[in-house]
Amino acid sequence: MSVFDRAYDDPVRVLDEDGEVVGDVPDLDEETLVGVYRSMRLARHFDGRAVSLQRQGRMGTYPPLSGQEAAQIGSAFALAEDDWIVPSYREHGAAVVRGVPLKKTLLYWMGHEDGNRVPEDANVFPVAVPIASQVPHATGAAWASKLQGNDDVFLCYFGDGATSEGDFHEGLNFAGVFDTPTVFFCNNNQWAISVPRERQTRSATLAQKAAAYGFEGIQVDGMDPLAVYSVTKAAVEKARDPSEQRPRPTMIEAIQYRFGAHTTADDPTVYRDDDEVEEWKRKDPIPRLEAYLRSEGILDDDRVEEIEASVEKQVADAIDAAESVPRPDPRELFEHAYEELPPELEAQYERFVALREEHGDEAFVGE
Amino acid sequence: MSETQNLTLVQAVRDGLHTELARDDDVVVLGQDVGKNGGVFRATEGLYNEFGDDRVVDTPLAESGIIGCAVGMAAMGMRPVPEIQFSGFMYPGYDQIVSHMSRFRTRSRSRYTLPMTLRAPYGGGIRAPEHHSESKEAFYAHEAGLTVVIPSTPRDTKGLLASAIRDPDPVVFLEPKLIYRAFREGVPEESYTIPLGEAATRREGEDVAVFTYGAMTRRTLEAAENLAEDGIECEVVDLRTISPLDREAIVSAFERTGRAAVVHEAPKSGGIAGEITAILQEEALLYQEAPVKRVAGFDVPYPLYALEDYYLPSVKRIEEGIREAAEF
Repeated sequence: MSVFDRAYDDPVRVLDEDGEVVGDVPDLDEETLVGVYRSMRLARHFDGRAVSLQRQGRMGTYPPLSGQEAAQIGSAFALAEDDWIVPSYREHGAAVVRGVPLKKTLLYWMGHEDGNRVPEDANVFPVAVPIASQVPHATGAAWASKLQGNDDVFLCYFGDGATSEGDFHEGLNFAGVFDTPTVFFCNNNQWAISVPRERQTRSATLAQKAAAYGFEGIQVDGMDPLAVYSVTKAAVEKARDPSEQRPRPTMIEAIQYRFGAHTTADDPTVYRDDDEVEEWKRKDPIPRLEAYLRSEGILDDDRVEEIEASVEKQVADAIDAAESVPRPDPRELFEHAYEELPPELEAQYERFVALREEHGDEAFVGE
Repeated sequence: MSETQNLTLVQAVRDGLHTELARDDDVVVLGQDVGKNGGVFRATEGLYNEFGDDRVVDTPLAESGIIGCAVGMAAMGMRPVPEIQFSGFMYPGYDQIVSHMSRFRTRSRSRYTLPMTLRAPYGGGIRAPEHHSESKEAFYAHEAGLTVVIPSTPRDTKGLLASAIRDPDPVVFLEPKLIYRAFREGVPEESYTIPLGEAATRREGEDVAVFTYGAMTRRTLEAAENLAEDGIECEVVDLRTISPLDREAIVSAFERTGRAAVVHEAPKSGGIAGEITAILQEEALLYQEAPVKRVAGFDVPYPLYALEDYYLPSVKRIEEGIREAAEF
């Protein structure tokens, strides 16, 4: 029986809130299990430091991810090396797993375009801010890959609010029609800024929307990293090796909660109760996996402390590296609009350079 | 010299697509009715039969999906050529154009580039229903990161389309449907390109420089012949690429004449004519002998067709605009 043979409102679970096994544990070696745990710790610590940097005025507006680590890390670990992710703007945890250094993520939110220059060896699309607008890209990219004879899978992240957008519908519809190897991963964190999940749709689940596009939709406990891994892995395998009954695309609804604000510019106490937040915090993915790994003898106090220390160092190093990057040269403004700079753009640049030489840099960057 | 075929502008679109599909496996044509039906204007006729369903693709009816999927395909190194059936239906895909198509190179610092060509028929004069006649090229010209091309002859159409499809960056390719079948011209059978960003002088004259593009080029040339009978000689410059503009050609034609008119069917305010006027102010003020005249559509929503003849610049309106510049 396939994991997809279940009711839409029956989320896949592997660990309960205390880390007790309640489902089929995926076959993962110790190194991978510890890797998932470490990546979640890394994402959580990074998130706290990033919010703090913003509060100190060392970084611009930042979208926190705490609470959503299992969904990001569990899914990213389920991909093969050559597979791709197509993120929105909150998937810093998935991005680092897939080869985007934390320094890059910090730089992006510090206002440096270079932060979105994904390293050549990382199969990651740049951050997409307009809601759901990356969904058709994931379909198109997967479609292209299939036409080019590759068997790479494209994992596309978006939130619950995105499922109300036209681009969500168009992207999933094209994926169904052209049977593209795309996994649509909905981070249902219950809130689109201040608008609750219930206000997005009358549908009982988001997963069931997949039925309208002719492929499987499935719910998973998005705060259970092992369940997320299992479901994503099954979807990825199906994308590579479909059947008449089971086409390539899948929509995964990962049920989770954003512990913090939508962004550092948002105050969630205006629209939701602390009780609700506390209730969801009991499902925190990190202690859950830790409890399981301890019970299996894979983690102990020493190992956890070691991981803590290495995570703290990695984030501190990334912050140092990002903060030591100087303000980019104004030439960078012009460089990447076209492959070759049109003459008028070159003229605009030259005029600016002349002014800057005449008046000094301070004349342009002051308060 | 290679063989030529006597083609209309829309046949040249088809021939250009055919040539590019044949020479590069990464080229994919996609859109509403482009496959089996061959396009509502026949711009893709026969391509589906020759290249198959993977290369010439009938898509679901969804402009944002068509353009958004093309963005994803182009990011993976393909050269998609999405068609939007009428430019008046581009707006559901407008977010994809301005948020992604124009910005992917900048956003990714050139890790991802989008070699895609978004085609759409545009402009009025064919007695079409509402939303089928607008000229909104200024929207796209205002968007950095895009190149906006508008051909006015069959020969140019094939060469410019080839350049657009081979360009490393996204191109919006707007086809003046009023002249899709207005006349024929010898078009080489072989593959050739005409560079983007270069205007073409269609008529030489020393009295007034007239800048135009698309369907208005023919009307402007006709107006120029009428004016010649009165002793007013026009230099008619067909811009061909409206963004980035060929500033050198614009300024040089103006320096020879000291007088200018700009003709387009798009509404007068906020259009390309204003941009050209500003270029002349910035770069050739001392040559100026008369106000630059703008002959354009009125600043009203495009009318239903009972009134469209009054909306579109006619040969007479163009003639009178140029005459004002000449006689000031």
